[in-house]
Amino acid sequence: MKMRLILLSLTLIVLASILGPWLSPYSLSEVSAARLAPPSFSHWLGTDLHGRDLLTRLLYGGRISLLVGLVGATVSLLVGVTYGLISGYLGGRTDNAMMRFVDILYALPRIILVIVLITLFDLKLKQLLDGTILSSLASHARLLLLFVGLGLVEWLTLARIVRAQVLSIKERPFVLSARLIGQTTPTILFRQILPQVLPIVLTYLTLSLPAVILEESFLSFLGLGVQAPLASWGTLLADGAALLNPIQSPWWCVLFPALLLALTLLILNFLGDQLRQPQK
Amino acid sequence: MISFLLRRLLSSIPVALLVIVVCFLLVRLAPGSPFSSERALDPATQQMLESKYGLSGSLPEQSLRYLGNVLRGDLGDSLKFRGRTVLEIIGQSLPRSLLLGSIAFLLALGLGVPLGAWAAARNGKTADKWLNGFALLTLSIPTFVLAPVAVLCFSFALPLLPPAGWGTPLQLVLPSICLALPFVGVCARLTRSGLLETIGADFIRTGRAKGVSEKTLVLLHALRPAVLPLVAYAGPLAASILTGSLVIEEVFAIPGIGQFFVSGVMNRDVFLVSGVVLIYCLLLLFFNLIADWLTAILDPRIRLQS
Repeated sequence: MKMRLILLSLTLIVLASILGPWLSPYSLSEVSAARLAPPSFSHWLGTDLHGRDLLTRLLYGGRISLLVGLVGATVSLLVGVTYGLISGYLGGRTDNAMMRFVDILYALPRIILVIVLITLFDLKLKQLLDGTILSSLASHARLLLLFVGLGLVEWLTLARIVRAQVLSIKERPFVLSARLIGQTTPTILFRQILPQVLPIVLTYLTLSLPAVILEESFLSFLGLGVQAPLASWGTLLADGAALLNPIQSPWWCVLFPALLLALTLLILNFLGDQLRQPQK
Repeated sequence: MISFLLRRLLSSIPVALLVIVVCFLLVRLAPGSPFSSERALDPATQQMLESKYGLSGSLPEQSLRYLGNVLRGDLGDSLKFRGRTVLEIIGQSLPRSLLLGSIAFLLALGLGVPLGAWAAARNGKTADKWLNGFALLTLSIPTFVLAPVAVLCFSFALPLLPPAGWGTPLQLVLPSICLALPFVGVCARLTRSGLLETIGADFIRTGRAKGVSEKTLVLLHALRPAVLPLVAYAGPLAASILTGSLVIEEVFAIPGIGQFFVSGVMNRDVFLVSGVVLIYCLLLLFFNLIADWLTAILDPRIRLQS
């Protein structure tokens, strides 16, 4: 019952983010005279400083936040799984060196380095993409960097988990048989071993998805993530927080982004929690 | 033990140095110059500025020069905050961030551990389930969501606490609570699972069977292994509080090291960014070292020599 409710609200948030911007009569950046209007029938969640409809902006923001979360988590999955597979399967000195590298990265302020990377290479990537066939992507350079950067923050734990699994799986008879019939290492890794670790990897995805969404919002909140004219839940929250002052507090500009972000993270964390609990 | 600590310390130094060189290179490679402003500089001035700050020559030359300076304890001058050295800026702002971070660290542990112990004592009952829900909730409300909402509630809707600033103890209340709360749940969960796992272990049953008093059993035998997961979490916790502090300093206008880092990145202030990253790195390596050391003390199965 509880589970059904949780899944229903998640579907609702995702569907609203995907379809909402088309259904809404307002657009992302169209300004109006109704500045900082409190929630009403025409603007369900009120308007922001420039009279833009907050609900519409939240739905657009949801698209970006969820997209960054999904792609970032996928990047971390690809990197982490490949790294863990290779390290675990090769074993010995290679494994040792690869895991030492992971240990070192663990001890570093990775998100800080991602901030440096993203902020500084935004323009460079834009210049690189401009003039090539990928020039349409140039305006989204920041977003691409976010995908990669956040994916690269999150892969470490996954690599460790996969490696530990592979260490035991590679001793099983079917791997030996595969080697005996002459399958190459890549084939064994991706055709034989990968399917065995996939359930654990997918379970872990439910943990890295909210983590990446959180990090994206964190960066955007600081003004280092998604840039205008795009918006994400993090930038909307930052915009709202910047409006707070003792004379007039447009509470809706803070409360609604905060609620939506917290609710989404809560749902995803809860799902991950349930999946990771041993089956009764 | 001391040799282990020394060896670990020595092996972390190259890592930290490597990180700042990478960081230095990243900032230098990035488009945009730290000296650019609205007014375009003429090339001669630009060149003079670059040579004055040691930014002339090829990139390997520059980074070697910087590395040499760092090893001599000179982190360079800030390029944006003219006339101030990076060491000065760090010296002024780091204590503030450290004070805030330590309060949050203690708060997270001080609230999380008793809550977790309490839940473990009520394993499976309603209170335990509520606590699990609470832990999940705090986990899902990040610092930057909590902070603006807390300001809205406790500074503007109910004018109880100052919304921003630095200097009085009262101004510390909201920031430190907002910084700590997301981690209370994690600490509580770790304590709970650690305790439950230990209490159910064979050696505790044996102790009980041979008549060790319940108090000795818990304090002398169970406590040590039970806090192990918590100690291992100390490193990641310190890291999360460091990054969380970036947001908290932004929201509460606290002139801490995080504010300087963010403005440094925006301004291509190469020495400031590398210097702050170095500090962050050293802090984290230090915390991980302490955590490893404590783990080794608490867990006799871990052999430090190997």
